[in-house]
Amino acid sequence: MADLPKYQEDLTLDTFVRGLWKENPVFVMLLGMCPVLAVTNSAINAISMGLASTVVLVGSGALISLMRHWIPKQVRIASYIVIIATFVTMVDYAIQAISLDLYAALGAFIQLIVVNCIILGRAEAYASQQRLVPTLVNSLGVGAGFTIALFALGSVREILGSGTLFGIHLFGAGFQPWVVMVLPPGGFFVLGAWLLLFNWIKLRRERRIETPQGIPANAR
Amino acid sequence: MHAESLPSIFLNAAIVNNFVLAMFLGICPFLGVSAKKETAWNMGLAVVFVLLVSSAAAFGINWLLVELQLEFLRLICYIAVIASAVQLVEMFVKRHSPALFHSLGIFLPLITTNCAVLGLALFQTQKEYDFIQSLVYALGAGAGFVLALMLMAGLRERLALSRVPDVSQGAALSLMLAGLLSLAFMGFAGLGGSHG
Repeated sequence: MADLPKYQEDLTLDTFVRGLWKENPVFVMLLGMCPVLAVTNSAINAISMGLASTVVLVGSGALISLMRHWIPKQVRIASYIVIIATFVTMVDYAIQAISLDLYAALGAFIQLIVVNCIILGRAEAYASQQRLVPTLVNSLGVGAGFTIALFALGSVREILGSGTLFGIHLFGAGFQPWVVMVLPPGGFFVLGAWLLLFNWIKLRRERRIETPQGIPANAR
Repeated sequence: MHAESLPSIFLNAAIVNNFVLAMFLGICPFLGVSAKKETAWNMGLAVVFVLLVSSAAAFGINWLLVELQLEFLRLICYIAVIASAVQLVEMFVKRHSPALFHSLGIFLPLITTNCAVLGLALFQTQKEYDFIQSLVYALGAGAGFVLALMLMAGLRERLALSRVPDVSQGAALSLMLAGLLSLAFMGFAGLGGSHG
């Protein structure tokens, strides 16, 4: 029997929005890096991966939330993983049925959603304690945050690496694609660059708060 | 692909298609425990052990599931086996070296969710390796993981001594470094046949 939940979160807008920015799984919490880097060599791959992960996140979150009183505490992680693996198997077969091209492009990374830390992390930290509706909303938020992050990487890598977005050519024939961007190192570089940008924004904001009013900024 | 020679499998998994730098498997521990060389080395050894055990077990399970025509259970069975193997390592480390147990911290149980382990099991099934080939593949993947982890740890130890701009502190700089490492490893492409 699981312990009684310590608090029940009320359903607010924050339940959803939190996952998008403040607790963005990729940019802020640095979770689930493997699919983030591996499948983002084009925008369409990135979005499909994000959606597949969201489906698993919402489905497993809902089931775990419903079963939270029946899962014994000692074997909870194992139970969560089995539940997640079940949903991943379903998504895997579904994608295979919908689009074989996509299935080939994503490869083993669909099945590797099982070991995506984001999903297990949500299960442990949220779904195992909260009621069904907040869990659904929160999972959707985190899933959307993950998809946005994947798209942010995928679109930049596709535009720079092959000069296209969703397969549509953006530049004239004179454009020389940066092939390195669609290759493995590009993934690291683009994610690193996004993090640099966010760090910069954060630092600037902190500095502005620290600077006392009345003293001009250049007098510091 | 059955005729692939053992040294070629090993080199392919360790260097040409390095699990961390070319295939993006096991990024979490790669960024998480690469701050010190010693921890990185121990973590690497633990992962190699889990890789070998789970590779052997996955081979047996796959055979059994194909016999019983229950292939759709493959993923669930693999992850269960990996979780048990990790539990085994955890008990062993806790018993024999409590200091190491503490320095690895949360990353030890997290080997379960190391994509490299599940990825290896899935890839060896996909490539239809026989038992010996699977073990060599696991060993190569492990060697590649240790190599990447140690290189990264060495770089980061140097980096800790140098002054970097405030903006690039933390994960951003590590990722840039990893990108450069990955770029260097691309020089090996084509050495042992280029199939993912």
